[in-house]
Amino acid sequence: MSLLLYLLRRLLQALPVILLIIVGSFLLIKLAPGDTVDALVGDMGGADPAFVARLRQEYGLDQPVLVQLWRYLVKLAQLDLGWSYVYEQPVTQVLASRLWVTLLLMLGALSSAFVVGVALGAFAARRAYSAADNIISTLGLVFYAMPSFFLALLLVLLFSVKLNWLPVGGIRDIGAFHTGWRLWLDIATHLLMPTLALSLIYLAFYMRLMRTSVLEVMDLDFVRTARAKGAGSSRLMFHHIMRNALLPVITLLGLQISTVLGGSVVIETIFSLPGLGQLAYTSVVKRDLNTLMGIIFLCSIIVVVVNILTDLVYAWLDPRIELK
Amino acid sequence: MTTAPILEIQDLRISLPPGGDRPYALEHLDLTVNPGEIVCLVGESGSGKSLAANAVMRLLPEPHVHVSAGRILLDGEDICAKSESEMRAIRGDRVAMIFQEPMTALNPQKTVGWQIDEVLRLHTDLDRKARRARALEILGDVHIPDPASAYNAYPHQISGGQRQRVMIAMALVLNPRLIIADEPTTALDVTTQKQILHLIKEMQRQHGTGILFITHDFGVVAEIADRIAVLRLGELVESGPAAQILNHPRHPYTQALIAAVPALTPPAHKDLSAAPVVLRAQGLAKTFAARGGLLSGRRQAVTAVRDLSFELRQGETLGVVGESGSGKTTVSRIVTRLLPPDRGEVVIGGRDLIHADRRQLRAMRRDIQMIFQDPMASLNPRKRVVDLIAQGPIVHGVPRAEAHARARELLSLVELSPAAAERYPHEFSGGQRQRIGIARAIAMQPKVIVADEPVSALDVSVQAQVLRLLADLRDRLNLSLLFVTHDLRVAAQLCDRIIVMQKGEIVETGPTAEVFADPRHNYTQALLASIPGRDWQPPKLTDAA
Amino acid sequence: MSVPDIEPVLEPQLTRPSRAGVLWRRFRRNRAAMLGLVLFVAVVLAALLAGVITPGDPLRRVGVPLTAPFADPATPLGTDQLGRDILAGILHGARISLLIGVVATLISITIGILIGAVSGYFGGWIDDLLMRVTEAFQTIPSFVLLLALVAIFGSTIENIVIAIGIVSWTAPARMVRAEFMSLRKREFVDAARNLGVGNVSIIFREILPNALPPVIVFASVVMATSILMESALAFLALGDPNYASWGNMIGQGRAVLRTDWYCTVIPGIAILLTVLSFSLLGEGLNDVLNPRQKK
Repeated sequence: MSLLLYLLRRLLQALPVILLIIVGSFLLIKLAPGDTVDALVGDMGGADPAFVARLRQEYGLDQPVLVQLWRYLVKLAQLDLGWSYVYEQPVTQVLASRLWVTLLLMLGALSSAFVVGVALGAFAARRAYSAADNIISTLGLVFYAMPSFFLALLLVLLFSVKLNWLPVGGIRDIGAFHTGWRLWLDIATHLLMPTLALSLIYLAFYMRLMRTSVLEVMDLDFVRTARAKGAGSSRLMFHHIMRNALLPVITLLGLQISTVLGGSVVIETIFSLPGLGQLAYTSVVKRDLNTLMGIIFLCSIIVVVVNILTDLVYAWLDPRIELK
Repeated sequence: MTTAPILEIQDLRISLPPGGDRPYALEHLDLTVNPGEIVCLVGESGSGKSLAANAVMRLLPEPHVHVSAGRILLDGEDICAKSESEMRAIRGDRVAMIFQEPMTALNPQKTVGWQIDEVLRLHTDLDRKARRARALEILGDVHIPDPASAYNAYPHQISGGQRQRVMIAMALVLNPRLIIADEPTTALDVTTQKQILHLIKEMQRQHGTGILFITHDFGVVAEIADRIAVLRLGELVESGPAAQILNHPRHPYTQALIAAVPALTPPAHKDLSAAPVVLRAQGLAKTFAARGGLLSGRRQAVTAVRDLSFELRQGETLGVVGESGSGKTTVSRIVTRLLPPDRGEVVIGGRDLIHADRRQLRAMRRDIQMIFQDPMASLNPRKRVVDLIAQGPIVHGVPRAEAHARARELLSLVELSPAAAERYPHEFSGGQRQRIGIARAIAMQPKVIVADEPVSALDVSVQAQVLRLLADLRDRLNLSLLFVTHDLRVAAQLCDRIIVMQKGEIVETGPTAEVFADPRHNYTQALLASIPGRDWQPPKLTDAA
Repeated sequence: MSVPDIEPVLEPQLTRPSRAGVLWRRFRRNRAAMLGLVLFVAVVLAALLAGVITPGDPLRRVGVPLTAPFADPATPLGTDQLGRDILAGILHGARISLLIGVVATLISITIGILIGAVSGYFGGWIDDLLMRVTEAFQTIPSFVLLLALVAIFGSTIENIVIAIGIVSWTAPARMVRAEFMSLRKREFVDAARNLGVGNVSIIFREILPNALPPVIVFASVVMATSILMESALAFLALGDPNYASWGNMIGQGRAVLRTDWYCTVIPGIAILLTVLSFSLLGEGLNDVLNPRQKK
């Protein structure tokens, strides 16, 4: 019950932020030279002014900006994000058909980065200043400095061009018409490289943070207490240090969700994955402003939801935090 | 007692990493703890007393700090020769430890029960039910009111005193031969401290455990020690039976340490009723509001101070004493208007500080200055000493050169070398930093100085010097002091009158000598009865420093 | 430290090493940081000497397209599919990367300090308001916002720099805010207020100098991410087409990845090493400015 109340309160708290984002990005997009109609007309290769004016009226673009904003908000309240002229579909449909790809990619990248990063970080801290630690820490710096698109191309070069193990792009093998688990396997092979390319930088982040965090927690009094009780080093690590050391990593995870979504723009474009990131890129290039607004809205919702989830995890890990 | 000693430390030496200010943290330490005996290891910061304790547990941060000579015999077996896995079997089972800060010494993410259970799991073959029964039993033994609910509680859900009881329960659960207690009561209020000391003694009598008790506080030593060893900068300067060391110390350092313990004899009452009132506080109240409403977490409102009034006269030292949560620190912040009160006024020189507008406030700031508790935190680490002292006068319009010249004069007034002016705070020791803080307050030539626990972060011997300096300056400059402290010994030494606070209210007020001789209120009585080593009268040593 | 007789009054020492000297010695001990410094100096030299070593427009055609590296002494690192000199691209690209790194970081750190300081110092509704705005900026994926900004205002180099600054101020702001919230509770701030020092002075003269070290260290992270962001933009062909940029070179190289991988790999390594140099410098600065007992 208190959990439900907490969730409700968190969602209420997120409302002003989301509203701020929508209003802000709406006004920003209105600043852009040229609107949807210009883009449409440009695509058609020109049209007579009367037609243009009628189109404007049809789209409501002849109204003052604030009126347009109000209309947009009213429609948004009914979950209507408008029409995408590029895809000739309601924006909600366009988004819905692409959401799962991005979510899969994000989930895969973040969870693998988290698990491997935390494990390596803890391992490095336990053997701090040893050769193993130095190698891990150096790798971390290199991963961190590696642009994801460069890494993606290197992976393609190795696994697709040279070894011919993995597909270069797409989310599934179009001609194969797989079904059932074979379809999922196919999707998994297609997502392997994108996930790896997207996750390495976060892996580096979590690893470095976990390493410092473990080193810090190791010096805390209660770890000394546990040692004085006769606990061995693995017991110390798993029962006393890890769980405390995870707290800052969880915080960082929550803060970085939106950057992961941003990162998927480049990765999805390179691997031609039909997800939100690629959609963001094409809608910017093709000036599909309704879709762009829709993406910003949807991404904000994702970020808010994931943030609430990470806060729940944090509260579960740290009994001092009470969900009220 | 004729039984063999539990712990024998022979000629112990602990090496520090090269490049430090000294090669050894500890040298030539000899110490014996017999069964059923409490041995106090006394020393100030840097004496190496905590490292000695950790060495017995083999918990030194090796290899940088390590035992480089000597032996530590536990029941005749040399600990230094043991392997790490043998040591693990000893720790918690035959030797247990109690730490200073029970809040940080307990894992915040595990329940009390889990943490006690861990000791049993590590060292016994008991099944889950038997372990639980034993944990509940030991929680009852250390007088935790409701063991079953404490068992399931997290450390942050119980009080500080309870937490220390849990630590003691955890140490005692396997009936160890030896308990090492590292300043176990330093973080506690006096009344809680008294209970915990009582508990430690009771447990030790029941189980015949040997206790190595590490402390800096001679009051505590007088309360519980059977034998005493005094450390100074890694050297054992004196050891012997408690009565001998407390009453007839031989080594000059021990004599000086004991001389620095403030005696519980307040100064003769000065009649100041004719002196003008410099500060009058009227009806002060402060409640820290419950935070938030619908959208954020709720926190309970806390009344820190309710309806507080007092007067401070010219040349008087008024002590505000109380335990944590009594609201005494809030008083010091309100009186200086660092914290706005909900109600009330503070009148200085006929004007109300609380309701002064921005310009008046700025002008009035110079009349009331403050000396803070933590001499490191209260000095901006990025400013030179001369700038720190001159800052106030410069803000109030004194020309820079003049303010600097005056700041240098003040340095000699607080007994610091003129060379100190160009240095940064981190280059000084705690006592010296507090002198800088005092100089900064005096530079403003205030009518009133509020001192918030100005000596509680300092070692005893330094504390005595700073107190002496304060008293001396007060008399020479005819200062009026509002002196906030938790330490009744300190209050007794310096204050003409005291206010005793509990839960935001004054429970008793009067001339210090009268309050100490004849406390009226129950709480004051309890407080005075809790002063450690109350029955011990530090000897008057003619040749002490 | 504490001796029973009067504390030793400080004797003026004859040789006291200057603060900068101490810091430099600490920095020099850190081998990784020194490597970072060397790399950084190399990048700076490349940017400065680009016009001397490879004069002229780096975007013009100078040789046979797709000459392999080390094949022609005139184009030691080879040419791309348009016959442009890759070495020239690398050297001139260093200018853009450094410019972006430095200016965008300055912008974002300045915004971050202002917002974080005000928010952390005053608290209350000001903090609530500013934090909502910060949250909003943090909730929008910064790269998507960057795309939108560049799409709207055009991909000139100035716009890109400003846009990167605008999308990356939130982390420094949060950091400064956290520092201010902890520092404003420190007693030296109370001491200054008690002396009658005004708010503005307290923020900038008392607290800020103490809050700065971690922010300076963090600036190296912002620099690294700024460079990565610019190169990603350029990779997607949304950078300024009038300047040589490493990201753009990689983007172009992608077309010939199967046959002439060096067109991609050489600029990729340039980015990698530059970002690495900032990270290493940051680590070194961290050790220098926030020394902790180590070893």
